[in-house]
Amino acid sequence: MHHNLTTPLTEADVRALKLEDTVSIDGVMFGLRDATQIRIFDEGIAPPADLTGSVCLHTAPGVRKRADGTYEKLSIGTTTSTRMDRFAPGLFETYGVRAIVGKGGLLQGSVDTMARVGSVYLAIVGGAAALATAQIESIDQVWWEDLMPECLWKFRVKDFGPLIVAIDAHGNSLYQQIQARAAERIKALKL
Amino acid sequence: MSIYNSIETAARELYLRALKDIPQDVRAALAEARDRENQEGNATAEQVMFTILENIDTADAEDTLVCQDTGLAVFKVNIGFPIDVQELDRRLRKGCERATADYPLRSNTVHPLTRKHTGTNTGQGIPVIKLAFSTSNAIEITLAPKGSGSENMSFLKMLTPAEGRKGVKKFVLQCIFDSGARPCPPMIVGIGLGGTSDVAMQLAKDASTFRKIGASNSDPDIAALERELLDQINQTGIGPQGLGGATTALAVHIEWAHTHISQNPVAVNIQCWRGERATAVISPEGTIEYAS
Repeated sequence: MHHNLTTPLTEADVRALKLEDTVSIDGVMFGLRDATQIRIFDEGIAPPADLTGSVCLHTAPGVRKRADGTYEKLSIGTTTSTRMDRFAPGLFETYGVRAIVGKGGLLQGSVDTMARVGSVYLAIVGGAAALATAQIESIDQVWWEDLMPECLWKFRVKDFGPLIVAIDAHGNSLYQQIQARAAERIKALKL
Repeated sequence: MSIYNSIETAARELYLRALKDIPQDVRAALAEARDRENQEGNATAEQVMFTILENIDTADAEDTLVCQDTGLAVFKVNIGFPIDVQELDRRLRKGCERATADYPLRSNTVHPLTRKHTGTNTGQGIPVIKLAFSTSNAIEITLAPKGSGSENMSFLKMLTPAEGRKGVKKFVLQCIFDSGARPCPPMIVGIGLGGTSDVAMQLAKDASTFRKIGASNSDPDIAALERELLDQINQTGIGPQGLGGATTALAVHIEWAHTHISQNPVAVNIQCWRGERATAVISPEGTIEYAS
């Protein structure tokens, strides 16, 4: 089933999503990466934007700075979320993030938090930056430019997707299901 | 044009080409994967493959980067007539720096401890330059700006000789399982067998990144192992992007070297679905021809 969602997302919006449903997003998305989250969680500096109900994308975009200080998008794609798993529960629980868009998935602790607070993980196709860049209309705001390119980015998006619901808000992870099946199949192989 | 100007020009151009233009062999393998997922009725996997191919079309139409990861530059240079290799090194580096500044490409190179950026996509030991020599009367340069999602999935194990062929397969399948969704499958699996530990890793990189899909190893035993492993890796059902499906790997490539009687090194290096690489051939007169 396909869902067109507009930000900010509500708990009801994301609780309604089932594994392997597809989603397109209209509105605003925030971009963040390792260094951004090290600042938020390890250095304890609250994000300078309200992330309540937001959709966050794991990215460090390629951009060109214009003379007026704004940024032109060049290539905005997605990085591996698993590497930043330890920050995800804090994004959901402390800052009210309703969805993370990334590739590679999140681990059990995050899955549990998402079920408790009502958040989802939406898989984008990793490496498909040309398409994602075309679906981002503009870069509206940038905070923490000293972390370039791992700043906190605010993107305006139109029909961003299709994204695949890979971890739902009820404790189900498509990654875990596929990996559990793979483990069984490997055990059964005749080497 | 002097031969060194040609090398610098080619290096700059190859960086951009490799990031924008997916090689034909990789495109064919991706289209085949989409058809396979369609035939097997894997809706999510088919959706992923459709998006991958649509993304390649978008990059072609808009002359833009396929993926935002501009990688770390790895050059393979086959030198077929006498040149000054120090100047070669300098010009390859310069080409990377010019591509980075002109486009501009995102720079990824940082100090391993301080994480301080160089800002140029070059630095100590980067670009990686692998030299080979022949009597071809040409200089062939292939550049792979190796992406990090797949490069982070690199493995080495010094197996014992007693673990044999079965041990090799078991280790490779464990690496694929541990990698899961992270290296952006469907992937190209590069395996280095034998040599010393460093040689095994280099062979694995050669296999994942520099060999065209569809070419099998010239040693029939090794080629048979490539086929068996491809079949078994795809039986895991990890699938495109780790979301399930029939295509976990597009290809398995093995390169090998002789090893010590008491060693059995196996290295695994993964390449993501993008399979980025671009090649230029330079004549002694300095003319450049590009091939994909």
